[in-house]
Amino acid sequence: MIKDITIGQYFPGNSFLHRMDARMKIVLTLALIVGIFLCRSLVSIAVVVAVTFALIFVSGVPLKMVLKSIKPLAIIVAFTAVLNIFYIRGGTTLFEWRFLHITSKGLFTAFFMVVRIICLVIISSLLTYTTTPTVMTDAIESLLSPLKIFKIPVHTLTMMMTLALRFIPVLVDEVDRITNAQKARGADFDSGGLKEKVKALVPIIVPLFVSSIKHAFELADAMECRCYVDGKGRTRMKKMKLSFKDFIALLVVAVIFAGIILCNIYFKKVV
Amino acid sequence: MDNAFIKFNNVTFSYTVDEETGQRIKPALKGISFEIPKGQFIAILGHNGSGKSTAAKMMNGLVIPDEGEVTVDGIPTSDEKRIIDIRKKVGMVFQNPDNQLVATIVEDDVAFGPENLGVEPAEIRKRVDDALKAVGMYEFKDREPHKLSGGQKQRVAIAGAIAMQTECIVMDEPTAMLDPRGREEVMKTIKMLRDELGVTVILITHYMDEAVKADRVLIINSGKAVADGTPREIFKDVELIKSLGLDVPQATELAYRLNKLGYKIDYSVLDEKECADAILRLAGVV
Repeated sequence: MIKDITIGQYFPGNSFLHRMDARMKIVLTLALIVGIFLCRSLVSIAVVVAVTFALIFVSGVPLKMVLKSIKPLAIIVAFTAVLNIFYIRGGTTLFEWRFLHITSKGLFTAFFMVVRIICLVIISSLLTYTTTPTVMTDAIESLLSPLKIFKIPVHTLTMMMTLALRFIPVLVDEVDRITNAQKARGADFDSGGLKEKVKALVPIIVPLFVSSIKHAFELADAMECRCYVDGKGRTRMKKMKLSFKDFIALLVVAVIFAGIILCNIYFKKVV
Repeated sequence: MDNAFIKFNNVTFSYTVDEETGQRIKPALKGISFEIPKGQFIAILGHNGSGKSTAAKMMNGLVIPDEGEVTVDGIPTSDEKRIIDIRKKVGMVFQNPDNQLVATIVEDDVAFGPENLGVEPAEIRKRVDDALKAVGMYEFKDREPHKLSGGQKQRVAIAGAIAMQTECIVMDEPTAMLDPRGREEVMKTIKMLRDELGVTVILITHYMDEAVKADRVLIINSGKAVADGTPREIFKDVELIKSLGLDVPQATELAYRLNKLGYKIDYSVLDEKECADAILRLAGVV
């Protein structure tokens, strides 16, 4: 059961988004997120919602799966909404009781925040749904490569990311094994209060650390055997190439961005 | 031997240093010398702690001798500037398949070595495909390593060495963590390496049935080479093998025990067929 987890949350497919260059995808995702936060009028937020749903449709990822990624955020979304409703003042006052005020501006702000967070999460999870972790780290390496002039070891950092991703399933297996081994020795993980439960984790964490370090040593040997030194002089089998469709995507996002700004100017700003 | 590819010359090595005297104590290898010619399939045997894994790690400079010298194709492993040259020639496959796969996709992992060597992308693609086909893992090239069986992971690891076009692959108990089926897969791959690709294979193992398939068997005991020869020569001396804490192949064991019971059976047999033939010969059927 625990073995079935996939690294990241890649959803295999062959859509336009899947075939885009990952670097362009990351940059455009960031651009869209900025666009989301620039929305000031109801029309522009409507544009953002429409774009988000259009992206889900284009990606071919089932709507259900996408919505699942929002679920863990329900509390944060609700919390933000409540705070905004009561704290933001302006516009017409709709409700007043002792220290509580609800204003039209507060309601609008809360609504905007909720929509923004949901769209932000959907758009960024579409990025991970349509990009494999390997390609993602390659893209990050490529995007960060200008930092090399500041002597930041970009390659080493992304190599660490790759290895971390590679070893998640290995360590998950290990936790499973250690837990069972400790249970067989009479360890009790289920009863007792929070304090007891946290304490009960120590016999899992200590062996896990020991074995992770062992993994690390052996892996280092294996990497050395395969002539790994550092990023210098390395080539890549899979070259990332910008293609025509990436520029189309760039154009589309630019139009959306311009649309949001124009809507802000020509329609009534509500927040 | 002039065509020696890997040469151990009076090699001594110890992992522990005595804290008081600063002397190296409890040596893992004690003045061991042997040579491995190109294209040979050699099995190195020895019980746990005999120093066989240390010897394996010396073959591509992961461990450097305290005394003596190891040379690969004439290059001493102690020459730090040429260590990459050595590792280009000698690939290595370890016991735990999980700890040697680097990438999250099979084909990316096989590409890791050639990428490190700075090979052209198109050439890497070709080498990766060829290597995966050679070990029969081509259809798994887009899979994630953690979803493969142990035997499949080891074959991917071997493909990684093939893609680097190493002349020699050292395998340190590659089958120890595998089930019988995985073991068979790996042994088939090893046979392919030698027969079809002409790769020198050094197999560290404690499965005698694997050692039998080698061209040559070398037994290491307490850091010294104690027996060296073809499997038939080595396993003939059952008493010696047993005194070193090792087993002989099962067929040999059966023939040996029958012999002890007083049947005049020739126990220099290595596999089931030879054993059966020897028994039939004794019975006068053949």
